[in-house]
Amino acid sequence: MTAAAFGRKMASDSVTGGLLLHADGITKRFGGLVAVHDIDFTIPTGSIVSLIGPNGAGKTTFFNIIAGIYDPTAGVVVFNGQEMIARSRRAWLEPFIWFMPGFIGMMTILTVAGRAHESDLFVLGGITLLALMSTMLIGVARPPRYQRALPRIGIFRSARPNDMVEAGLGRTFQNIRLFQNMTALENVLVGMHTKLRSTWADAMFSTPRDRREEKEAAEVARGYLRLVGLRGKDGELAKNLPYGDQRRLEIARALGSKPKLLLLDEPTAGMNPRETQDMIVLINRLRKELGLTVLLIEHDMKVVMEISDRVTVLDHGEKIAEGTPAEVRANPKVIEAYLGAPAE
Amino acid sequence: MSAAPAVEMEKSGKIKAPNGTRLRGWRGRISEFAHKHRSWTIVIGMAIGSVVLYFWSAYPPFSFVQTQNTWISGFVNAGVFILLALGLNIVVGFAGLLDLGYAAFFAFGAYLYAFGASPFSHLHLPFLLLLVGGAVVAAVFGIALGAPTLRLRGDYLAIVTLGFGEIVPIVFLNAEKYTQGTNGIGGVDRPNIFGFQFPGIDQTAYYVLMSIVVAIVMILVYRLLDSRIGRAWAAIREDELAAAANGINTVTTKLAAFALGATTAGFAGVLNASKLTIVDPTQFMFQVSFVVLAMIVLGGMGNPFGVAVGAFILYNIQAVLLKQLNAVMENLHVPILQDIDFVKFQFLLFGIALVLMMMFRPEGLIPSQRRRQELHAADAESSEDLALVAPDAGDVSL
Repeated sequence: MTAAAFGRKMASDSVTGGLLLHADGITKRFGGLVAVHDIDFTIPTGSIVSLIGPNGAGKTTFFNIIAGIYDPTAGVVVFNGQEMIARSRRAWLEPFIWFMPGFIGMMTILTVAGRAHESDLFVLGGITLLALMSTMLIGVARPPRYQRALPRIGIFRSARPNDMVEAGLGRTFQNIRLFQNMTALENVLVGMHTKLRSTWADAMFSTPRDRREEKEAAEVARGYLRLVGLRGKDGELAKNLPYGDQRRLEIARALGSKPKLLLLDEPTAGMNPRETQDMIVLINRLRKELGLTVLLIEHDMKVVMEISDRVTVLDHGEKIAEGTPAEVRANPKVIEAYLGAPAE
Repeated sequence: MSAAPAVEMEKSGKIKAPNGTRLRGWRGRISEFAHKHRSWTIVIGMAIGSVVLYFWSAYPPFSFVQTQNTWISGFVNAGVFILLALGLNIVVGFAGLLDLGYAAFFAFGAYLYAFGASPFSHLHLPFLLLLVGGAVVAAVFGIALGAPTLRLRGDYLAIVTLGFGEIVPIVFLNAEKYTQGTNGIGGVDRPNIFGFQFPGIDQTAYYVLMSIVVAIVMILVYRLLDSRIGRAWAAIREDELAAAANGINTVTTKLAAFALGATTAGFAGVLNASKLTIVDPTQFMFQVSFVVLAMIVLGGMGNPFGVAVGAFILYNIQAVLLKQLNAVMENLHVPILQDIDFVKFQFLLFGIALVLMMMFRPEGLIPSQRRRQELHAADAESSEDLALVAPDAGDVSL
């Protein structure tokens, strides 16, 4: 297994071969349970790919690995030409780097405490504090150079969900996870978090940049709401929206980060046929208008067969079939997984 | 600060008026102004409130209780608690991280001032430098405490912060060589700002300084609330996983809350030390964290204005009203009532007040809009359920 070097720019387009996402040998164990076993998976740029399988097949686990929520036990995910996800190694060492200057300083103080003059100790304490502050700030802010340096000293960290969003991945959840007590507009603004640059200092001093950005962001957010069909609902609290609108709002929120790849976890669950049809239209429209690539987990076979370019079938954590919708539908293994083995 | 609540209640109360409802006349005009120019509203409200309270405290009913200077001194102390409450509100009210060790940061600010400007350390650094320095040191310790607790949630976070809050005063207590232990560091310099030396007895200068600092902090906190980071805090409070899945770096965002909350406590610590001119570990015991938390719960968690009002009211109850009750009871000449010492019972009374508050108005006196929605979600849902279920049941029976 190659070492994961999150943050390393891996490959040009020729190597990725038009693949937006490339997962290689993904395995995830929870204790003794193998939730996902050795899955290779690719998503070509611009396509709609579906992931199906019976309940408990490991779809959502796999999804969560790609989204950076779980670290895989083994395997690597390359996203947008960047190696993003793999098993973290020695990540627990990292906080020691932050606290090392303070620790060394404290040890120095303790050793010289008996001999030094008291006012010197105050100075020494001040220097220690400054050193501690600077390293801690580096650890908290994590500038790119620091992140690139970590693998060189043997610390490998898998991408976290927010790193994946930063790299261009947006997602929705199987059971809607909106910010219930925030308005629709605020939900989308939270989704745009990575695209806004204003810091807490900007906000505190109300810099022109901050004011301009807030104004523009609200406009853009209203645009996303219109795109998913929630025109004029920006002031409504998320929890007061009807179910179908909540699903749409979750998509609008995911769009806020301008993703290249959109992960949709059962977007039509609990919808009536009409709402389902609207959702299919919306997904196709997103692909066409925003050039999105979509990965879909879905139970509704009609939806899957209608919009997918490729379908991957999981069962018991293993990939049992892959291909165009027509190929998958005819695959005897898939039929067996869904309907049980034929009686001999 | 201390003064603002009385007057500002009129104004800021209306900032929260739900959009779309328009008030007519002068009230409407004030409301519109407050909505558009919030920072100016705070400045004007604080200025009017502070001036009114300053002069009024020399006349009835204030003058029945104590002298003007005692009132002013009390208002300055209340200002310290308002600062603490505003800071803790960032951590608990905005980001939803329950911090029970908040007094520790107050201690760092106070001790930094004592180290920087007292005969004990033979240093007499300028006040404004130490004011900033105290805030920065408190912020660093805020991050240092925040970093190991990031993975913890709810109860566990509360326990760790509680431990931190207990450890800090004890360290200051036991490091006798550097802090003079229980005696504390005395004779701390009074502030000297650009050549103006603060007098010892007349508290007016402290009052003015405190009003300015509280107004500034209030403005900054309100600005944080509606900013990108304010939304990120609200998102983390509601659903941390969803927040992370929307690109919010939960680590830095939570640390920012800890650091900014601690900064405010650092200011409060420096101001408190410079006013009392003595810093000792008993000023930073767990009771302080508890009282400040009670203040923000009472005032309305998440709403800076409500929190400031809560702190002002609770401080004055604690410092003035309970003592007055004692005096009143003593004058009654009824044996049993004479024996009641309300000051000693203050924590019992706080406890009862909190229980009643949680039962009847969990969102606080002047709640933030969002908190109110969260807390009353259950009521709304259950009534909606009833509305949905009732007709269905009818259909079935038909």
